[in-house]
Amino acid sequence: MAPADGEDFAIIGRSLTKPDAMAKVSGQTRFADDLALPRMLYGRLLRSPNPHARILSLDVSRARALPGVFAVLTGEDLPEKFGILPVSQDEEALAREKVRYVGDPIAAVAAADEWVAEEALALIEVRFEDLPRYMSIEEAIQGQGEPIHGRSNVHKAVALEFGDTEAALSQAAYQREDMVFFEGNTHLPMEQHAAVGHYGQDGKLTLWSSTQTPHYVHRALGKVLGLPMSRIRVIATPNGGGFGGKSDIFSHELVAARLAMVTGRPVKITLTREEVFYAHRGRHPVLMKVRTGVDRDGRIASMQFTTFLDGGAYGSYGVASTYYTGALQPATYAIPAYRFEGVRLFTNKPPCGPKRGHGTPQPRFALEVHMDRLAEDLGIDPVTLRLRNLPRANSRTVNWLRITSCGLKECIERVAEESRFLARWKSMPPGRGLGFAVSSYLSGAGTAIYWNDMPHSEVQLKLDRNGGVALFCGAIDIGQGSDHVLAAIVAEVLGIALEDVQLTTADTDLTPIDLGSYSSRVTFMAGNAARVAAERVMARLFAAAARVMGCEPEELRARDRRIFRRERQEEGIPFAQAVQAAEAEDGVVSATGSYTPPRLAGPYKGSGVGPSPAYSYSAAVVEVDCDPRTGEVRVPEVWIAHDIGRAINPVLVEGQVEGSVYMALGEALMEEQTFRLGLHKFPSMLEYKSPTTLETPVMHTYLIETIDPEGPFGAKEAGQGPLLPVIPAVANAVHNALGVRIDEIPITPDRVLRALAEKARGHAPRVGPAAIPAFSFPPPIRADVPDEWKAR
Amino acid sequence: MTATRVPVRLRVNGENYEVMTFPYKTLLEVLREDLGLTGTKHGCELGECSTCGVLVDGKPFLSCLALPLDLQERAITTIEGMAEAGRPHPLQVAFAELGAAQCGYCTPAMLLTARALLDRDPSPTREAIRQALSGVLCRCTGYVKIFEAVELAALRMRDGAG
Repeated sequence: MAPADGEDFAIIGRSLTKPDAMAKVSGQTRFADDLALPRMLYGRLLRSPNPHARILSLDVSRARALPGVFAVLTGEDLPEKFGILPVSQDEEALAREKVRYVGDPIAAVAAADEWVAEEALALIEVRFEDLPRYMSIEEAIQGQGEPIHGRSNVHKAVALEFGDTEAALSQAAYQREDMVFFEGNTHLPMEQHAAVGHYGQDGKLTLWSSTQTPHYVHRALGKVLGLPMSRIRVIATPNGGGFGGKSDIFSHELVAARLAMVTGRPVKITLTREEVFYAHRGRHPVLMKVRTGVDRDGRIASMQFTTFLDGGAYGSYGVASTYYTGALQPATYAIPAYRFEGVRLFTNKPPCGPKRGHGTPQPRFALEVHMDRLAEDLGIDPVTLRLRNLPRANSRTVNWLRITSCGLKECIERVAEESRFLARWKSMPPGRGLGFAVSSYLSGAGTAIYWNDMPHSEVQLKLDRNGGVALFCGAIDIGQGSDHVLAAIVAEVLGIALEDVQLTTADTDLTPIDLGSYSSRVTFMAGNAARVAAERVMARLFAAAARVMGCEPEELRARDRRIFRRERQEEGIPFAQAVQAAEAEDGVVSATGSYTPPRLAGPYKGSGVGPSPAYSYSAAVVEVDCDPRTGEVRVPEVWIAHDIGRAINPVLVEGQVEGSVYMALGEALMEEQTFRLGLHKFPSMLEYKSPTTLETPVMHTYLIETIDPEGPFGAKEAGQGPLLPVIPAVANAVHNALGVRIDEIPITPDRVLRALAEKARGHAPRVGPAAIPAFSFPPPIRADVPDEWKAR
Repeated sequence: MTATRVPVRLRVNGENYEVMTFPYKTLLEVLREDLGLTGTKHGCELGECSTCGVLVDGKPFLSCLALPLDLQERAITTIEGMAEAGRPHPLQVAFAELGAAQCGYCTPAMLLTARALLDRDPSPTREAIRQALSGVLCRCTGYVKIFEAVELAALRMRDGAG
């Protein structure tokens, strides 16, 4: 069937041009806002100017009367609550009783053009009664007065313990505690979100949307609009960047659909750039404390990790985000006893959610600067300390995560060697520093966001008589190259060319389900589904070809659009002839393939977040050049190694790694989503600083192949993991350069100068939190640990 | 906003267009909405991200900040005009081959800006490429593949293989 590992691949492992590339370089790719339908109207949302207020009255009569306005909606038109997670159904498409952040949608207008729609919004009269604002973790915890939701601003508090961490700490040869803060930041995709709704006279609704999760949007539309899902079609348009920012259910999607139903005309809503900053669902600000006990050689004996998440005004993915701030520490290091306490608070700011790395870059920052200090305290170099705490391949972590392949050691050794870290880090020139850090990440979440037994990804193939293959899959390409992964796997198995595969993706009417482009799941899950579907088609074609050729199917192989005998390669028939033979015998040549991740959750409540069929690993060395007069930190060079399992297309994997390094540097040094009285301080692309070509370092990318036993052709994820080690590596490099610790992300010049001033005064040479708020976590759930940890 | 439509003549990708449109519409809006040239994208509509970049008389130009009435005699090039007689420009080929377009949203402006660079400097240094593209934001690639693609295209064009 498919070439066995080690065989010579025709497509897998080659840096071929991806199927959607030529459309993208010629401006032919149609993004959501590029769609225009006959009689289309334009929608706009009225958003709250208040961070927390009761709506006393809402008068839309003047807006309705404006010529050119076709419909005005308020919350009463869409009263059903929704949310991406079943446990957090706390959002309304348009707020009814109160608003909870500046930007919370209140009303919507459909008009002949955007100018009329804008004019209509100005005619809507809203009277508010101000409520107390909760603008920080501390204010949310202390808050007196009306909470944002329900009876308390605590959205979710969790506590888990594996092994006796206190006892292990008390016996440890050495221990230390650190506190750090990671400010929030946002995805900033170049494309603003857009959606087009169309409601036909046949009672069928179609929504085109720049969404990473068309299946979840499909479900939410059914719930909020009260329509059966069979009457709703969601088509995800190619995303002009996602990074997690288009993986939630958004008000404008529900509203565009409803406006189309009310007006009987297509309605498009495209968010302005300012609205995108308020739509957000990005990186949570997280305050953290970590305490670790180690033996004399630096081997971890026990770890206690505490996180406080500033969640913003709604639940979003927040319950999952909360668990993610604690889940992966034991997957990166061998930790025999581990306690995690985490709490997410509601605040009057745009809701936070998943951004590249979802809930894990913040604890990764905390843990890696903590490890750097432990190394310094113990007089061990940072590389050796990591090598002494490696997780093992084919093991279970203390919190029950199943690790299959693990290339962390190779990643560490590679970047240490290539950067000459150990030879250089103690003797850097003035202002220069080297920093080191490591990480791990999921190749797809092991559980869906709603409980079900069904596959997470499905692929359908249909062959035409000339040997072309139509591939149908719910996966949406957000720039990561998922179209290529699907086509490459099918073409490899069938022995045809990449261009023989025609893709139809992310259309709930036409394609079987893929849960979405989030949690780094598409290559692993849709890739496995594609492989299964292709192998089923191949079996049928081999059977038909064998009959034509008068041999056994087991003797056959497919390559270069031919099916031939392995031992006598000149004996073969064209691929298209095999298709025709199979079709003549038994009709349409078609097959499906599905992928359901193995059940991996551990025996405790809260074990659903963290399990993945495989983990990727990364290690990074960052060099910085700091100016002690201005506090400016430049990054001239980065070395990064990533355990990809197998690179299905190396150039696309490198692109994911380089993009991750870039995004990490933005987060480490400049990007922050902060507010003044509920207003975003810089909701524009000029003021929200992000790296340009001028800040781009020399990047050395090394792909480590560990051939995962369950990944498609051994592949694991690439889109998120490589971001993780870069941020703490920058922080460690700044310490190496200047002798100060910046325990707050981003490491802006003012923070560097403050730390240098502290150092000059003889104070502790750092900037960062000195305490965490008083908060009573629930008693930890004490989970049983896997057998392999019981002996310890 | 009320206004009457006015006639606007534009020369885009070598073709002459005459449209009746509102005088307050930006070049970006007229290209996308009146001429159907949706290859030109928008990222901020405030002149901050350069996603809407086109060429005017061969120079990079932000279409979100320009009024078409001011550009009636000028040669405007959009991404749709980059291929000649259906043959993609070497930059387009190199961007596709080297993975320099991930989501593809900044790509039209990135390509046109790179083309303006190569038109005036056929052998740009890495530093010249950085400078020329510094105004165009990309959130996907980390810019590295973009630099490499511009260099590859320049090499091929110098070799006459483009």
